[in-house]
Amino acid sequence: MTKILAVDDSASMRHMVSFTLKSAGFDVTEASDGVEGLKTAQTDKFDLVISDVNMPNMDGIAMIKALRELQNYRFTPILMLTTESSSDKKQDGRAAGATGWIVKPFNPDQLLATVRKVIA
Amino acid sequence: MEIDLSQFHPVFFEESFEGLDTMEQELLALEEDSDRENINTIFRAAHSIKGGSATFNFKEVADFTHVLETLLDEMREGQRAVSKPVVDLLLRAVDCLRNMLNQLQDGEPVGDAHVELVEYFNQLLTSQQGSEPEDQDALAEIVNSSLSGSVSPVGWNIRFEPEPHILQTGNEPLRMLRELKTFGQLESKANLQKVPDFDELQPESCFISWDLKLDTEVEESAISEVFEWVSEDCQLAISPIAKADSEQQDLSRSDNGNNAESGSRDGSQSVDKVEVVKEQPATPPAKKSELSGKHVVPVKQKTESAQEKVGKPTGVASIRVGIDKVDTLIDLVGELVITQSMLSELGENFEVSKLKQLISGLSELEQNTRELQESVMRIRMLPISFVFNRLPRMVRDLSAQLGKQIDLKIKGESTELDKTVMEQIGDPLTHLVRNALDHGIEPVEQRLAAGKPEVGLVTLNAFHQGGNIVIEIFDDGGGIDTEVIYQKAVDKGLIEDGVELPEEQILSLIMEPGFSTAEVVSDVSGRGVGMDVVKRNINNLGGNVEIQSKRGSGTCFTIRLPLTLAILDGQLIRVAQEVFVLPLVSIIESVPLSAAEVSRVAGNMPVFKLANEYIPIVDLSAEFEIKQSVANGADGLLAIVEGENRKLALRIDELLGQQQVVIKSLESHYKAIQGVSGATILGDGKVALILDIVGLAKRAAQNSGRQRERVA
Repeated sequence: MTKILAVDDSASMRHMVSFTLKSAGFDVTEASDGVEGLKTAQTDKFDLVISDVNMPNMDGIAMIKALRELQNYRFTPILMLTTESSSDKKQDGRAAGATGWIVKPFNPDQLLATVRKVIA
Repeated sequence: MEIDLSQFHPVFFEESFEGLDTMEQELLALEEDSDRENINTIFRAAHSIKGGSATFNFKEVADFTHVLETLLDEMREGQRAVSKPVVDLLLRAVDCLRNMLNQLQDGEPVGDAHVELVEYFNQLLTSQQGSEPEDQDALAEIVNSSLSGSVSPVGWNIRFEPEPHILQTGNEPLRMLRELKTFGQLESKANLQKVPDFDELQPESCFISWDLKLDTEVEESAISEVFEWVSEDCQLAISPIAKADSEQQDLSRSDNGNNAESGSRDGSQSVDKVEVVKEQPATPPAKKSELSGKHVVPVKQKTESAQEKVGKPTGVASIRVGIDKVDTLIDLVGELVITQSMLSELGENFEVSKLKQLISGLSELEQNTRELQESVMRIRMLPISFVFNRLPRMVRDLSAQLGKQIDLKIKGESTELDKTVMEQIGDPLTHLVRNALDHGIEPVEQRLAAGKPEVGLVTLNAFHQGGNIVIEIFDDGGGIDTEVIYQKAVDKGLIEDGVELPEEQILSLIMEPGFSTAEVVSDVSGRGVGMDVVKRNINNLGGNVEIQSKRGSGTCFTIRLPLTLAILDGQLIRVAQEVFVLPLVSIIESVPLSAAEVSRVAGNMPVFKLANEYIPIVDLSAEFEIKQSVANGADGLLAIVEGENRKLALRIDELLGQQQVVIKSLESHYKAIQGVSGATILGDGKVALILDIVGLAKRAAQNSGRQRERVA
C-alpha cells in the first residue's frame, strides 16, 4: 500500500487530508510539525510527503530541506500545502526541494487528483 | 469522492479559537516589546485560520483573515511599525473573528460586523507607504488569462528541457507527459543527444528533453499549469499551432523527429516508455476541470445540504491531552492486565498455601487501580492559564475605560486543574478581577496622595495545596472599609445592629445576596448581583472564598477549590448504623465526647468549647432522624469540621477508614438535600451520603431557630 506522511500543525487540516487519503485507500501517517515530521519520516519509507509550510518548531521549508538530505527521500515526491498569497513560499519550497504544491483552499477531490498525479 | 467536510468543523473551530487566544496574547505582549517572534506567531495563527476557513468553505472568515494577514505581513516584513492603533485594530479584529466563528459554529449566518473593520484595514493598508502589489501570482494570473483568452489554437507545440537536477525535487517528467495526454492527442519525441555514455551516466540526473505536439483545445494556461511546479527547473517553450499552419508544423516536427531517431539508439527506447504510459488507463479529461478550481461551488452546496440534514451542528466537547499522559495510561493498563492474568491463574487452582501470593497480588491490583485512577484524572487536568489568559486583555480594556493605570501580574499559570472546574471558575474569576480594578484600585490622584505608585497592581496567583488548588487575587488598592460594610449590612437588614462580628465575617458579608458598596453603580461592576453569584458558583464547585483586606494597602481574595469534582478524599464516619462521608479537608480534629466541654447557650443550642471558641454541636443522628438501636450514650466522638470559616462539631459514633470516594450527584438521582453534597458507593456496595459542612451549619441554624421558637 502506498504510504503517505501528512504534516500539518492544524489538526483540522491534517485530519481532512488524512481522512481523504485514507478513504482513497492510502496508508497515512500524521505528524504535527516539522520536527515530528522529520522524525516520523525516518521511521519508515514513505512514498509521498505532504506538508504544511507555516508550522511551529520547524516549518515545512526547513523540513523539506532536511528530508532531501536523507538518502531515502532524495527522489520522493514532497508536496507543500500553501495559500495562494505566499508566492515567495513557493519559491522557497522549490529551492528546498519540494516537488510541488497544493494551493489552499482545496477540496478532497483536488487533493486526491494532485496526489494521484505524483504517485502513479 | 463524497467526503463530508463538516466532520472536520469541530476541530477547526477548536483550533481557531485557540489560535485567536494566541493572537490576543501575543498582541498584548507586542505592546510591551515588539519582537519579531511575536509577530511571526500572530501571523502563523492568522494564516492557519485563513487556510482552514477557506478549505471548510467559511468564505467570510477567510476573506477577513486575508486582510488581517496582509497587515500582519507588512508588520512582519518591518514595513509597518507596531503602534497602539494598529494593535487596537488587530485586537478588534480578533474579537470580530471570534464572534464570526461562534456564529458559524452555532449554524447562524455571519453578520456584517466585520465589513466595517475591513474598511479600516483597507484604509490603513492604503494610507501609508503605497504598498506594492505583493501578490505577484495573482497579478500574473490576470495577465495570463487575458493573454491566452485571445488565441484559439488547435494545439500546442511544447519544448520541454528539464534541468538535470529535476528528479531530485521528486518531479518525474513522465508524470507531466501523462498529464498532458489527458488533454488530447499527444505525440512526443525524446531528444537524447545530451545523454552521456553509459560509463559516465549519472542515474540521478535527467539529460533527456522532449518535443511534444499536443492536439487539444485547452488554453495555454492549462499547459503551463502542468509544468507549474518545475517552471524554475526547466526550459519550457509553448507555441500555438494555428489551424492553417498546423500541417506545416507537422512537417517541421517530423524533421526534428528524423534527427532524433538518427541521433541514438536509446531514443526509440525512450519513446517506447511513453507508449507504455499510453496503455495505462488515462484520466478522463473531466478530471482535469476539477483541478482548475471550478469545482469549488458544487462542494459548497454539498456541505450546506449536509448541514441542513444534521440540523444545527452540535458542539462536541473535546480535550487535548499530552502524548506522555496517554503513554503512561497505556503502561498502566499493561500492568493491570498482567496483574489480572496473574490473579486469574491463581484463582483457577487456588490452595490455602497460595494465600500469600493472593494477598500480594491483590495489593498490586490496588496499586494499579490507584495509579490508573490518578492518571485518568490527570487527563482531565489542564493548566489554569486557559482561564488566566483571557484576563490581560480584559484588564487592558477595562483600565482604559476606568481611566486607571493597572498592571496585571500572573503567577503559577501552569498549575493544573480539572477541566470542569476550569470551565466554571472562569466567570467568577473574571468578576473578581473586574471588582479589583473597579473598586479595589483607587483613582490615580488618590494613589499619589497616599504615597503609592501611580500604576496599580493586580496579582493573580495559583498553586496547589493538599488536594486543593488555591487561587489568589490580590490588589494593592484601598482595601475594604469594614465599618462601611457593617453599616450597610445593618441598613440592608442582613445583620442586627450592635452584634459584634469578627472582621473576617464582616468582610464575607459583601458576598451576601443583594450587597453592593460601590457608591456609583458603574457598568463595570456593582450591579448588586455579582459577589453573591461568585460565592455561590465557587461553593457549587465544592470550594470557598476568603477575603483578607487591609485598609489602605489592599485586598486579597483567596479561592480554594478541589482539584477535581469527580473524586473526593473522604473520611468515613459511623452514626448509629449508618455510614457517612466527610470531606477529609474539612476535618480539623476529633475529640472523645466525654472529655469535651459541652455546655448550652441561650436557645438550648449545645456548644463545645475549643480553645477560646464556642462551636455549635450538631447531632447527626437527630439531624437525619436515625433511629438508634443503642441508646445514645456518653461514648462517642465530636468531629470538629470547618467550612467557609465556620466551625461545627459533629456528634458521631466512630471514625472509620479514610478513602477516596467517587462522587455521585444526589440531585440527578434523587433530589438536592441541604447538608448533603452527594452520595457514593462503598466497597461493600452500600450507598453512603457525603456531608456538606456549610449546608449542615445552615440546617442546624434553622433547626435551632425553630427550637427556639418552640421554647418561646
